[in-house]
Amino acid sequence: MTLPLLLEIGTEEIPDWMIPNALESLRLQFEKLEVPFESITMDATPRRLVLRAEGLPEKQADSEKRTVGPAAAAPPKAVEGFARKQGLTPDQLTIENGYYVATKKVVGRKSKDILAESLPGIIPQIYFPKTMYWTGKGGPRFIRPIRWIVALLGEEVVPFELAGVRSDALTSGHRRLGAREIVVTTGDYEQRLRDHYVILSAERRRNKISGELENVRVKSDPALLETLVYITEYPTAIQGSFDPQFLELPEEVLITVMRHHQKYFSVEDADGKLAPHFVAVMNIDSDPEGFVRKGNERVLRARFNDARFFWETDQKKTLAGRRPDLEYVTFQAKLGSYLAKTERTMALVKELGGDSHAVRAAELLKCDLTTELVKEFTELQGVVGGLYARAQGEPAEVWQAIYDQYKPESMEDAIPRNRTAQLVAVADKLDTLRGCFGVGLIPTGSRDPFALRRAAQGVVKIIVEGDLDIALLDLIGGDANLIGFFEDRIKFYFKDVRGFKYDEVNAAMAAAWSNLVDLEARLQRIQNLRLTPDFEPLAASFKRIRNILEQAKLEGGAAIDPSLLEEGPEQDLYREYQAIAGQPIENVIAKLRPKVDLFFDKVLVNAPDARIRQNRLTLLKTLLAEFSTIADFSEIVTTS
Amino acid sequence: MQSFQDIIFKLKQYWAERGCIIQEPYDVEVGAGTMVSETFLRVLGTDPYRVAYVQPSRRPADGRYGDNPNRLYKHSQLQVILKPSPADVIELYLGSLEAIGIDLRKHDIKFEEDNWEAPTLGAWGIGWQVMLDGLEISQFTYFQQCGGIDLDLVPAELTYGLERLTAFLQVKDSVYDIDWGNGFTYRDVRYKDELQYSVYNFELADVPTLWKLFDLHEGEALRLLKLYDPKSADKKRFPLLPTYDQVLKCSNLFNTLDARGAISVTERVGVIQRVRKLAVAVAAAWVDQQAPEQQAAEVAQ
Repeated sequence: MTLPLLLEIGTEEIPDWMIPNALESLRLQFEKLEVPFESITMDATPRRLVLRAEGLPEKQADSEKRTVGPAAAAPPKAVEGFARKQGLTPDQLTIENGYYVATKKVVGRKSKDILAESLPGIIPQIYFPKTMYWTGKGGPRFIRPIRWIVALLGEEVVPFELAGVRSDALTSGHRRLGAREIVVTTGDYEQRLRDHYVILSAERRRNKISGELENVRVKSDPALLETLVYITEYPTAIQGSFDPQFLELPEEVLITVMRHHQKYFSVEDADGKLAPHFVAVMNIDSDPEGFVRKGNERVLRARFNDARFFWETDQKKTLAGRRPDLEYVTFQAKLGSYLAKTERTMALVKELGGDSHAVRAAELLKCDLTTELVKEFTELQGVVGGLYARAQGEPAEVWQAIYDQYKPESMEDAIPRNRTAQLVAVADKLDTLRGCFGVGLIPTGSRDPFALRRAAQGVVKIIVEGDLDIALLDLIGGDANLIGFFEDRIKFYFKDVRGFKYDEVNAAMAAAWSNLVDLEARLQRIQNLRLTPDFEPLAASFKRIRNILEQAKLEGGAAIDPSLLEEGPEQDLYREYQAIAGQPIENVIAKLRPKVDLFFDKVLVNAPDARIRQNRLTLLKTLLAEFSTIADFSEIVTTS
Repeated sequence: MQSFQDIIFKLKQYWAERGCIIQEPYDVEVGAGTMVSETFLRVLGTDPYRVAYVQPSRRPADGRYGDNPNRLYKHSQLQVILKPSPADVIELYLGSLEAIGIDLRKHDIKFEEDNWEAPTLGAWGIGWQVMLDGLEISQFTYFQQCGGIDLDLVPAELTYGLERLTAFLQVKDSVYDIDWGNGFTYRDVRYKDELQYSVYNFELADVPTLWKLFDLHEGEALRLLKLYDPKSADKKRFPLLPTYDQVLKCSNLFNTLDARGAISVTERVGVIQRVRKLAVAVAAAWVDQQAPEQQAAEVAQ
């Protein structure tokens, strides 16, 4: 007979974004236990993490424990002593291979006992990015206080205590619409919760919200939907409206207020333009008297009024007029003000070959930091500058470059929309990176307060996808830390974002990586080459060549002396090399490979005569150098 | 309709019935109810405590000359400290909302992650902002550290923005239209404060004088802290509470200088550190002073 398990950790409201990872962490912890199960389901609301498993055995299988004792020839006293120690009599022992053996039956432990012992240990192991204590100093830590625990195996409570809470069969319903201390069984748990206005399944909450949005033209926003799914136990969507006069404000501002500050979906009209409506998701079942709708409408009105006030105040001073104020906005203590940063970025834009639009954009780039709107909605920096620049008549290239300066914000995000914007964004990020590394602000572990990883990752993505002709190494300068930092970012980009194999990336980068567009082109070539049958053996040979050269510690760049080449495979290889030198490897790989193979088959590199040996090594070195401009093939991991 | 003062009376009554002593506002200017010694010092140590008080909280930079319907230089915070926090603390909090007439089955309440931190106090906690129909009405925090010290008992701090809450209940778009009580609006009572303090904080406050005052109060706090002797038999009578007043003065002067635009971003960090150093030192001395004799001896060792 097998049993179902129900574990519900009842807590105060857990931050929505932490919940999916916490569930996964709980599942992994549970799977490590010695208790087998057939299937497992994880669920959560803000107030509960729930693990349900099916098919647990009532108890572990019985087993035998065998202990080998004294030899068969041992004196009776020793045998008696051994038997007594095992809790047996001498006649219960057996003799095997000339030794006494005690065999004891071990009764399998009850799953309930194992769980009662291990569950209080694994719950605090659930990973959360930040934890707290609440029962007093030195007490258990969790994301928020644990207030109840349901632990049922079949019909029995798995008894344990954690943080002063005893496990039981009592759950809690919705904070206001449900009851507390509701008796549940493994069978009726989900339905009992449903009766008390808790929809346990995230999928069902998601579907409920989506279903209620069906007849409204909301701007699709999967991230917001996930937030709402995990911030509610009983979500219900309601629609509200705002004064159409606010539509004079830029959509970006209105949407930011609705999305980030109020967690509303914005609504579009038939032409895809912002409509004066919004959808809020409540954590109750209905709003019959319209209290919630009216409340939310008033809050939004106040927010929009603030935004309008800031927008109008900010317009009194142009972006260009704000530039001197940047002297008083510190970028970083050791790196000076944003005015200093602006000047550096402008110079860098010119160095990168930016035109007058790019330079102008760099000049105005950070001016929005002094605006009220950005002080209020920091997430709109850049965007606000772009909008003001447009309103103040700056050319499209200029305002778009300001608008897009922080792009890409992630590897999924698009790069700035045009060449000018791309150059400016690269210059701004590079200046930040050079400056911060220059004064020792290097990210370590999870500490990266200036978001330098994102900046560097952005530089890589923009250069490659924007097809920019930039010699990155020249711009980084001699900073070894920054060079290493970029190497990691470049590897990450091509490997994890673009899907190249890690050894391909290593091989191509070992040849050179300063020009990322060229690097990408070489990676494509390697990827194609890899499909040809000659590639792997040749790569293996290149690795061999490199090892030989490393061991021989070949000095100097002597030229090949053809007169010293042995007739046969060595001369053949040399002639082949001469014939194919300068051609792309794709065209010659099929011809080259057999010559290399034959060379290694027949020719002794370590010839006794030093001059011949030297000449052979030089031949190999020349060959390696010829094809190493695309990649260092010895980095390729081969199966042969 | 409940007036501003009715709501305050009801909340005080509610919390008094749940074991809180009701304190009157502290008489040194502060930026938040948390800074008052009733919270800042009382949360330290192992003595249970429950207190509630309305604290006028001054935020010079938030002044808007009385023009903005939602922003105030001086707003009224109801501060509740439950030390240690009871297991039903959220239920208690929700009960307080029902006590002022909010039917929570007809309104949308959400607890959204919002961890509180006060760098000048070396204090932080874990908690939420409480949203009522999309409006942030309270901050709910489980204190973890105060004055840089891990707390023995974890207190729950509940703060209510009383103007906002009242505007919500009275369905007013501007806090100035709130009915304060007995026929007076919020404007009648507070508009002059908002206007005149904005003028002072943004236009007339004399920066060198404020810095001088800052230095004087800081100097007095440092002088006193140097005199505190943990080994002294007389240490219980040492004036740590007056020392802490000097820290509060520094904090308010810092805020005023900040509003006046007299502190650059770089300087900011330094000045915050100066205030924090004082607050942390007072907190450490306070824990030593209040500890039972035996424990104090251990601390001294």
